[in-house]
Amino acid sequence: MGSGKTALAAALCRTLGAEYDLAVVTNDIYTTEDADFLRRNAVLPDDRIEAVQTGCCPHTAIRDDITANLDAVELLESRHPGLELVLVESGGDNLTASFSYGLVDVQVFVIDVAGGDKVPRKGGPGVTAADLLVVNKTDLAPMVGADLEVMRRDSAAVRNGRPTHLISLREDPSAASVAEWVREQIRARTVQPA
Amino acid sequence: MTAALLTLADARLPAGGHAHSGGVEQAIAAGIVHDPASLGTFLRRRLATSGAVAAGLAAAAWGADAAGLDGLDVEADARTPSPALRASSRQQGRGLVRVGRRAWPSDTWDALPALPHHAIALGVAAAAGGLAPCDAAQAAAYLSVSGPATAAQRLLAMDPLTVAALTARLAPEIDRVAASTTGQNGDVGRIPAASDPLLDLLAEVHAARKDRFFAS
Repeated sequence: MGSGKTALAAALCRTLGAEYDLAVVTNDIYTTEDADFLRRNAVLPDDRIEAVQTGCCPHTAIRDDITANLDAVELLESRHPGLELVLVESGGDNLTASFSYGLVDVQVFVIDVAGGDKVPRKGGPGVTAADLLVVNKTDLAPMVGADLEVMRRDSAAVRNGRPTHLISLREDPSAASVAEWVREQIRARTVQPA
Repeated sequence: MTAALLTLADARLPAGGHAHSGGVEQAIAAGIVHDPASLGTFLRRRLATSGAVAAGLAAAAWGADAAGLDGLDVEADARTPSPALRASSRQQGRGLVRVGRRAWPSDTWDALPALPHHAIALGVAAAAGGLAPCDAAQAAAYLSVSGPATAAQRLLAMDPLTVAALTARLAPEIDRVAASTTGQNGDVGRIPAASDPLLDLLAEVHAARKDRFFAS
């Protein structure tokens, strides 16, 4: 909650929007809040943002019954046949949240430094199994007494070689390292013409 | 009855139903539903109207050919005056077709129009799953109350045992509604056409809201 998921999605839209044909699906508690934020901050046209209602169960909508999200992705694909990247954002939940691989190819889990440097040690499927773990708000570490090295070490210990990026969207609003990771994922999944 | 009916009526079947409140979100906002007793009244009212219509349509859709299904689609529209409820029904129909095709592969799915009404997709799903028309009606009638009941439970933080008991005690009424809507013998005039202007109105107000948790 408040770790910067929507801000990261907006940053990725700004950084990657010129390179890829992209769109965003938001799963918000109050459904249009995140979509409105993206419209303002991501320079993304309205017809590339879809908000879905999750019936008070964001977990269910991204993991157990992904119907509404699949509908939203398919709607965006029908509107933009050349679509190369769809970001599906969900959050405001807890450490047990995870996306079904029936919905996404790869998932990014975002936590922040202000939540305490013990969070990576606590684990949970988001922290341990996400394809990329992002620890945002590193600029706040001195203010909240969080030890970034502890977070880095604990993440590495539970993530079995999967990457963790420590970032500050305030200091780098382009989210350069995460954007580069996304590019690698796209390259790995793109069939190169012979 | 076979176990396929249990699958069809299971709230955990990933067909998108969990994001629909069957009008209860707006009924709560309007102060109509606020406790177990008012929820019970709401559920009975819904069962007797949209539940009966859905049960009749689902039974009629069982075994219908493409032309028959097209005709039933029009019948469903005629029985659903609220544009918001039509959209919600078609959205849930699409979700059911997506999972139903995978669960019970059959040529019958191809006879469905694009974005079918939920009740019509239920009838086809029942046929594809080896069930009878009365099973299709049973699932439609049950789903007309089970969805709103759990939605109210979430929105009002009601005791889940109270809500489960409320739904369970509706079983005889659900059975009666389902039984009364089968045996139409292809006569669409005998499909129930009960309407509830309050539910239609709530659905239209709800669809215009920006701060809703549920799709309908």
